[in-house]
Amino acid sequence: MAIIVSPLPGIFYRKPGPGKPPFANEGDTIVIGQTVGIVEIMKQFTEIQSDVAGVLQSFEVDDGAMVNPGDAIIVIHEG
Amino acid sequence: MAFRIKTPGLATTVQDQGRFGHYNVGIPQSGSMDQYSAELGNALVGNSVQDAVLECTYVGPALITDHHVVIAITGAPVDIKVNGMPRPQWTRLRLNAGDELSFGVIQGGTRYYIAVSGGIDVPEVLGSRSTYSLGVIGGFKGRKLETGDEVAIGDPINNRTLSAVEAVPENFRPVFTKEQVVRIVLGLYDHRLSVEGLDNLLHGEWTVTPVADRMGLRYSGPGVTWKDREQPFGAGSDPSNIVDAGYAVGSIQIPGGTQPIILHRDAVSGGGYAMVATVISADMDLVARAAPGTATTFRAVSQHEALSAREELSDRKNEAWAAVGATR
Repeated sequence: MAIIVSPLPGIFYRKPGPGKPPFANEGDTIVIGQTVGIVEIMKQFTEIQSDVAGVLQSFEVDDGAMVNPGDAIIVIHEG
Repeated sequence: MAFRIKTPGLATTVQDQGRFGHYNVGIPQSGSMDQYSAELGNALVGNSVQDAVLECTYVGPALITDHHVVIAITGAPVDIKVNGMPRPQWTRLRLNAGDELSFGVIQGGTRYYIAVSGGIDVPEVLGSRSTYSLGVIGGFKGRKLETGDEVAIGDPINNRTLSAVEAVPENFRPVFTKEQVVRIVLGLYDHRLSVEGLDNLLHGEWTVTPVADRMGLRYSGPGVTWKDREQPFGAGSDPSNIVDAGYAVGSIQIPGGTQPIILHRDAVSGGGYAMVATVISADMDLVARAAPGTATTFRAVSQHEALSAREELSDRKNEAWAAVGATR
């Protein structure tokens, strides 16, 4: 199990824009470097990328919720 | 001598003490948001107080030096790595040519500073090396750093010998917390607030929102209400509007009466919102350290107290420089 944390504070979004499909969903197979969400701060969108490969197990933060640096965003079951 | 930027971080900019004397024509002062921390980085590496540093916001850069250099990282708590190995903060560090400096996840606050012996060597614009991104003025090509940038480093002053003290003593390092008391001087437009509005401002708890950058910080909280009046000619229709006026650095406006905004170092110099109070200059570094979610109360002080606090801060800076064996 690997936990992807936010490196910065801001608002977490699961989609690249309104009306667009989410970057990833529970159960998806994730590859290293894949974007799984974005965090908005200071009018900039920072992509959150997975540093492991595996299956996306759960989101620890709701779409549109505030995150702090170090907060767990996503749990990935490695392998 | 230069730093080659491998990854730039979120918003890494060149900053110094600021660009003064042009606010009347709309050029804000800019400069390091947390002046105290930036200064002490310079103190550790044998620079003068005027030398330029790199300001890193939340996510710092990864950079490689092409020359042996003396650096120090000050400001918000963060893990520092040189070639992947941990190094201490608030401490003089020596890098060899080819060494890579990088950072972990920030553990509090908002900004940390990279000071380098000789200072960051970019041309002065209107008397300052500070970056004003919105105006594309100063710093490195008027913008935040990008991958591949080569950021020049100045010659250390006469190769001067560094002091025997390698680190800023603990008691001179700021505390980075998620609770702050910020001192303000009321005015010019506090008389426009209702009794409850003023009470909310001074006794309510306000939280820093994610809408916070070098221009200003927006807070959420109980909101305020205003006294009834017929809006004067030239003022907007909302009770928070006034006829356009100059904004003081640190002034607080409350558009619509909902979310106060503290204007910081890159803010506009004027506009049409009533300034109900101004943060005292001695607490502007404190405000700069406020991360989203920081619980804040505003405490009204007199102008006399504000000036005393400014003197105390200046004394404390002098003491801090002396504690690292340097002269400010």
